[in-house]
Amino acid sequence: MFGVIQFPGSCDERDALLACRRVGEARLVWHQDTDLGDVDVVVVPGGFSYGDYLRAGALARFSPAMEAVAEHAAAGKPVLGICNGFQVLCEAGLLPGALLPNESLRFVCRQVELVVESSETPFTQGCRPGQRLSIPVKHESGRYYAPAEQLDELEARGGVVLRYGAGQNPNGSAREIAAVVNEGGNVMGLMPHPEHAVDPLTESTDGLRIFASLAAPAARSASATLSG
Amino acid sequence: MKAKVLIRPKRGILDPQGKAIERALPTLGFDGVSNVRVGRLVELEADDPDRLSELCEKLLTNPLIEDYEIELD
Repeated sequence: MFGVIQFPGSCDERDALLACRRVGEARLVWHQDTDLGDVDVVVVPGGFSYGDYLRAGALARFSPAMEAVAEHAAAGKPVLGICNGFQVLCEAGLLPGALLPNESLRFVCRQVELVVESSETPFTQGCRPGQRLSIPVKHESGRYYAPAEQLDELEARGGVVLRYGAGQNPNGSAREIAAVVNEGGNVMGLMPHPEHAVDPLTESTDGLRIFASLAAPAARSASATLSG
Repeated sequence: MKAKVLIRPKRGILDPQGKAIERALPTLGFDGVSNVRVGRLVELEADDPDRLSELCEKLLTNPLIEDYEIELD
């Protein structure tokens, strides 16, 4: 069961829910719920949780559901943060780094090409390393930042999962980073929106690979092994 | 007690707002202004000012990207 968290100000939770339902069962989780119950994959969706006040994601991390998400992550179960969800997971300390305002100071909304750096995660196990995915971005604060030594450490442990293709970096992210995974390998955040690339109507269905990877039995058993 | 918290982007982090302002200044006739950095100011009243640092580190700032100063009135 996929559980998509719904904060005040979320706006992509329905698309995420529909994307998850293409590959499995899914339901919404209200931000005040403290029990994830039957959920085995958490999706923290995009949007403008709490109006993006203070800093994007800064207030959402204190919502009751996020405590349950932190426990879920600590148990080794998969958590996927998309766009604002990525910002929330960084603010919550579940992922390294931070997302800063785009270098251009403009809201960017366009299709970008991503390169799969690692298929050794539950989120990308249905992809090949080096594979290119066409997925849209739409954000104003998506510039991935971490101090140089933290970036080196991240790269050394294979924590960069997706990079923007050559000349495609839409926001000035350090080292063209589009997606990172935590040390446990079970929490991933990405700025692009895979849930907006699941139907031929919008041309690319590459985003579906992320959801299909999570729905595959190996993703569940990997998390079961991790959670011991 | 009244307090002001000054928050600014850490040195070395590109501040595109500051850059945009800097670029706009000469066209308005303000020459010789450089190193513009934009932060924010939070004014608040706290019963226990000793806890302000903790508040800053947990919520008001992201210590990875921002520095802060607390000014008590």
